[in-house]
Amino acid sequence: MTSSTTMTAGARVGESAVRPDAPPKVQGRFAFGNDLWADGMLYGATLRSPHASARILSIDIAPALAIAGVHAVLTSDDVPGRSVFGLEHPDQPVLASDVVRYVGEPLAVVAADDPDTARRAVVAIAVDYEVLPPLVDPEAAPSATPIHPDGNVFRELTIRHGDVDSVGEVVVEGEYEVGMQDQAFLGCESGLAIPDRDGAGVEMFVSTQFLHVDVEQTAACLGIAVERLRATVAGVGGAFGGREDISLQVHVCLLALRTGRPVKMQYRRDESFVGHVHRHPARMRYRHHARRDGTLVKVEARLVLDGGAYASTSSAVLANATCFAAGPYRVPNALIEGIAVRTNNPPCGAMRGFGNVQACFAHEAQMDRLADELGIDPVDLRLRNALAPGDRLVTNQLLTGAAPVEAVIRACAQAPLPDIVGPAMGEPMARPGGAGRTAAGEPDRVVRGVGFAASIKNLMFSEGFDDYSTARVVVEDGRVTVHCACAEVGQGFVTVAQQIAREVLDLDDVVVAPADTSVGSAGSTSASRQTMMSGGAVEGACRIVREQIDTDRDAGRSMSGRYEATYEHHHAPTTPLDANGQGDAHAAFAFAAHRAVVDVDLDLGLVRVVDITTAQDVGRLINPLQAVGQIEGGIAQGVGLAVMEELVVRDGRIVNASFTDYLIPTALDMPTVTIAALIEDPEPNAPFGAKGIGEPPCISSVAAVAAAIRNATGRPVRRVPVRPEDLVL
Amino acid sequence: MSYSVQINGVVHTVTDGGIGESLLYALRERLGFPGSKNACEQGECGSCSVVVDGALVCSCLVLAAACDGREVVTIEGLGDGSTLTDVQRAFVEAGAVQCGFCTPGLVVAIDRLLAEQQSPDELAVRESISGNLCRCTGYGRILEAVARVVAERATS
Ligand code: FES
Ligand code: FES
Repeated sequence: MTSSTTMTAGARVGESAVRPDAPPKVQGRFAFGNDLWADGMLYGATLRSPHASARILSIDIAPALAIAGVHAVLTSDDVPGRSVFGLEHPDQPVLASDVVRYVGEPLAVVAADDPDTARRAVVAIAVDYEVLPPLVDPEAAPSATPIHPDGNVFRELTIRHGDVDSVGEVVVEGEYEVGMQDQAFLGCESGLAIPDRDGAGVEMFVSTQFLHVDVEQTAACLGIAVERLRATVAGVGGAFGGREDISLQVHVCLLALRTGRPVKMQYRRDESFVGHVHRHPARMRYRHHARRDGTLVKVEARLVLDGGAYASTSSAVLANATCFAAGPYRVPNALIEGIAVRTNNPPCGAMRGFGNVQACFAHEAQMDRLADELGIDPVDLRLRNALAPGDRLVTNQLLTGAAPVEAVIRACAQAPLPDIVGPAMGEPMARPGGAGRTAAGEPDRVVRGVGFAASIKNLMFSEGFDDYSTARVVVEDGRVTVHCACAEVGQGFVTVAQQIAREVLDLDDVVVAPADTSVGSAGSTSASRQTMMSGGAVEGACRIVREQIDTDRDAGRSMSGRYEATYEHHHAPTTPLDANGQGDAHAAFAFAAHRAVVDVDLDLGLVRVVDITTAQDVGRLINPLQAVGQIEGGIAQGVGLAVMEELVVRDGRIVNASFTDYLIPTALDMPTVTIAALIEDPEPNAPFGAKGIGEPPCISSVAAVAAAIRNATGRPVRRVPVRPEDLVL
Repeated sequence: MSYSVQINGVVHTVTDGGIGESLLYALRERLGFPGSKNACEQGECGSCSVVVDGALVCSCLVLAAACDGREVVTIEGLGDGSTLTDVQRAFVEAGAVQCGFCTPGLVVAIDRLLAEQQSPDELAVRESISGNLCRCTGYGRILEAVARVVAERATS
């Protein structure tokens, strides 16, 4: 599956095609958003709140404007259109006017000749605040004084399924917590806006995941028609959910329109940490009921997600956490309450795994507890309860698509344990803590543990959202051009689009045009949806073109002309959840299992993740090499959340907003990844039967590492990331 | 302030440089070498890796003016612009590139590593690139790319 994978030029569906953008990327010739440049360009910078909660008494921009080289200083008074934005509910000010609700909230933006002058101007703006005590406890938020006119609760969702009063012969309870994770994409937020000559429109190049909704939101705030805002996805240095909502889009366009000059904005790393939404911290209480033989009877849970200061995608994240709170298991009865609240903490929203990550950590800990209580092997317990086609979820939705849950669990669990030397014999560098160890440690104080976990993830958008993608395909002189606004953020859609076009059209020469707004929306590069949605759009457009070509051929006409088709692909409609959280709210599902092997230093509380073995339900592999890359990369983010990654927030302030203090896995932290199986069970009505593969790798990997640490140490491990003090104190 | 620095074999002179400017800033904003990336600008990510007088450095931590008279090799100096080096080709073919933001720094770092060590074992490779963060790949395909280059060079 790994080293033998070879690449094929002109590859079709199912082959390991090479990315068309890889050669420029390895040569440093690929232009990311922060590499953009325009003649006469100014640089933008943002003034951000130093307080988690404060009333703004006055803002004096005069000292900033007085600095030579400063061309504009804009505040909320300068926002001509809608003053707020937000993916689900526009509740977040473009620039704060009366109050600030989180540390890092923008109040003013500046355009200047160079970045340094812009930053000096930001510092020169004088703001008078009346500092207020911040609301930082999510449990207290619902009953606290509202910190926003829309109130402190983004959404409450209760699932009542089957007999909510049923009781099992065995009951296990637990409380769990997940810390705030950052997407930490390497290319910080960046964008370039170029005003139209007439000053009434603007062109934007931006590193984004969701181009058309960026444009809708930005145009509304600028007070211009969407047609006057043309936008192109600029090279994107990773995303993982952190670019689904807008950051600098409105700001950079406002500055360009005001100055009449091109303006570029790029965040630095410390600003990026406050410049996008994070993974929701969660507190979860669970009670699992089962029969003595291990059959699940009921799951009760209460999940509290801290959405921070503004709504972003909190309500959809909450729906995922709540709908999948019981995991990939048959649960006849359930009472699950979810609540997402507003606080003065940093805003949270989309991150890879989107609510399922948090719930999975808890439901898998519960399954292990239950196995322990019953004296059943944890894998057997999961197999006994594994969902299968024809089963119902706790939302009462019937599983009609591919659901090889048993297959992924078996394949992962049956893979031989890796032959990796144990801690006693290992190289010093390969021990927990590596070269940075502060104690020599007796070899027998380093212990190995193994843990297992499984997960479910909904694919594409849920709850009645009309989810679609658009592609235009042109064939001219045997060359195919695919035009789709799907944001390529690194996931490899550009390759997948080529492969699908070649497969359907039986032509090798396929070019993927830049993603821009001259074609219809492709929706967001999130929810593991682009292979299915934009892949479906490309397939649909290609099939129409193929028919045109075949018709000409069959009629004996020349096929040297130009063929063109545009296709909008929608997934099967879903419905909203009813008052009991019941309904066919989700379009499709993917399943995965992970087994983790860890070494733990019992004295230092340091963990080394040695190996992760996985099996994943992929529907059908479009590009095996890219699938491996998604799986390894997703597991890295899961390992990160399990043992090292947390934005530490004190009184609303992130205290570790740098790569010095917010640690993401390095090559030394990453375990070997063994892919035991990629289960190809085609999904009905999906292009070539493919399922999205981006998110499952970072869901149960977290829970598996936590389980392995429990296995090694006997500690309860109720919280991720696991900190040394959780293991030794 | 003014200084001259040799970049990829050609001397470039900066006449209006700011005093505290990093080599990374000068490369990207003044000299037209945007291939080196800027994911942290404080020495933690390696996306800005370049070689100065034969030593691998984070260009964000090097004062530009301190490079007066020195030789710098950036990602743009590897290969000849049209053909790829064996390291670059291995990255492409092994699937070591996703978003690509870490890629120039990693290619420079691995090029340097393999110039110094012919056949580092996997742990040595992991150790030597542990200053280059990649958020997309989990490093698996990057390690595979390095292994391919080592194997290829051993047989050629
Ligand atoms: S930009 Fe130089 S190390 Fe990160
Ligand atoms: S490929 Fe995106 S950071 Fe490495």
